[in-house]
Amino acid sequence: MSLYKYSFFEVLMHSFSAEVWAQVLPAISETMYMVGVSSIFVLVFGIILGLVLVMTSKEGLVPCKVIHTILGAIINCFRSLPQVIIIIVMLPVARALVGKSYGSNACIISLVASCVPLFARLVESSLLEIDKGKIEAAKAMGSGNMRILFTIMVPETLPSLIRAFTNAVVIVISMTALAGSFGAGGIGYIAVTYGYTRFQHDLLFATIIVLIVIVQAVQIVGDTLSKIILKKRHLI
Amino acid sequence: MDEKFIEISKLYKSFYNKKQKIEVLKGIDLSVEKGEIYGIVGFSGAGKSTLVRCINRLEEPDSGMVKIGAQEITSLGKAALNEQRRKIGMIFQQFNLFDSMTVEKNIAYPLKLTGVTGKEADARVEEMLNLVGLTEKKNAYPGELSGGQKQRVGIARALANRPDVLLSDEATSALDPQTTLSVLDLLKEINQKLGLTIILITHELEVIKYTCHRMAVMEDGKLLEQGLVEDIFSHPQCETARNFIRVYNQFRNDYQKEEVR
Ligand SMILES: Nc1ncnc2c1ncn2[C@@H]1O[C@H](COP(=O)(O)OP(=O)(O)OP(=O)(O)O)[C@@H](O)[C@H]1O
Ligand SMILES: [Mg+2]
Repeated sequence: MSLYKYSFFEVLMHSFSAEVWAQVLPAISETMYMVGVSSIFVLVFGIILGLVLVMTSKEGLVPCKVIHTILGAIINCFRSLPQVIIIIVMLPVARALVGKSYGSNACIISLVASCVPLFARLVESSLLEIDKGKIEAAKAMGSGNMRILFTIMVPETLPSLIRAFTNAVVIVISMTALAGSFGAGGIGYIAVTYGYTRFQHDLLFATIIVLIVIVQAVQIVGDTLSKIILKKRHLI
Repeated sequence: MDEKFIEISKLYKSFYNKKQKIEVLKGIDLSVEKGEIYGIVGFSGAGKSTLVRCINRLEEPDSGMVKIGAQEITSLGKAALNEQRRKIGMIFQQFNLFDSMTVEKNIAYPLKLTGVTGKEADARVEEMLNLVGLTEKKNAYPGELSGGQKQRVGIARALANRPDVLLSDEATSALDPQTTLSVLDLLKEINQKLGLTIILITHELEVIKYTCHRMAVMEDGKLLEQGLVEDIFSHPQCETARNFIRVYNQFRNDYQKEEVR
């Protein structure tokens, strides 16, 4: 159904029809797969890189200018590229790694390449929020660096880290939709091929609804978790 | 009580601010006897915190020596320093409790470092809670405690490993007068009960008068005067000490006048 032939309301109503959802539902599961797998990679690598950034910084526990500068520069390089360009740049990398430059798994590679640097920076700024006095106290007790990192810095900043991850997942979702137009499949693919190329605006509406719902859900889960922890610690 | 327990000699420390050198400690000599409460008073910026942080090397001195008992702190390697730090308790103005842990876990944290676990750790935590009078707050988070209660947890945490020395950097400066008194009473009590040596940094002379046996007056990176608290109060030698005592007496007189009215 196109907006050029039908009224907005009619198209909107039709976007809830079984016919439309028969096409959208498989796309949702495809999108969920890409978002889920990418988010796990982003979580793991982003945390690792973020921790390294904080530890090696000048005020960090193991200052190391060389590592800090090089890592920071690489992260900045990736972050200065628009997501579309990262997707294009990563196509040959994806072909080398998973054998083809289209499809869900290829898409995951560009998602990870674009979102890990972003999340690493978010992790860095979360960890830097910690009150330096707590680290001093742990040092004064004779705690080692790794122990301070994992038993003080990470737990103390956990609510903020959860918020950071929530933001990262939301960006992964929007990027998944973008990657859809580069042959990754999923919601983005439906939106571009049917909504844009073939004027099937009911399908376009359905994808919009799905994206809004998914992002809201992620945001609510993240916010709630972070709030529960803050409440438990009586910090709000 | 005549034994040099903590010995500091010729301690120097500078910070560099945009290539500009700021000398903060300019040759500190100090000795503290076992079991005494030693107060160091000075105006803001005198270098008190830097001095006390050099004792457990949270700040690395440029030169000079710090010795506790027979152990020279300034010559220790990284691992040995961590080992030694477990025998030096420290409390802070901002308490620095871990918000992610309950009171119990906060106190047990240093115990994990020395390998005290299980029933033994539980018993030690219980003992410390008793000592600071917070048994019923065992499962509370620091976020639900008052300032005075937080500092008590800080003290319990600092004492959990039965240290020989307690360093206190403005531990009562964030507390109201009444809570300050009760925390100072607690410090005096543990000093008596456990024979703990305490170095107490403050910019409030009344804290020293109330708590300490001996004291030093610090200004501009140097210790201007050292001696028994009552001697310095009755015969202050240096200008800074006289200033401090004048202000102290003025406050007290005004306060007494208020009370009479
Ligand atoms: N890490 C640092 N880098 C640069 N300068 C510092 C640093 N730490 C302390 N200083 C400087 O050293 C001087 C002494 O500081 P210190 O904190 O030891 O004073 P203090 O006597 O404890 O003062 P206060 O009563 O305000 O706590 C100050 O001029 C301060 O600006
Ligand atoms: Mg200070």
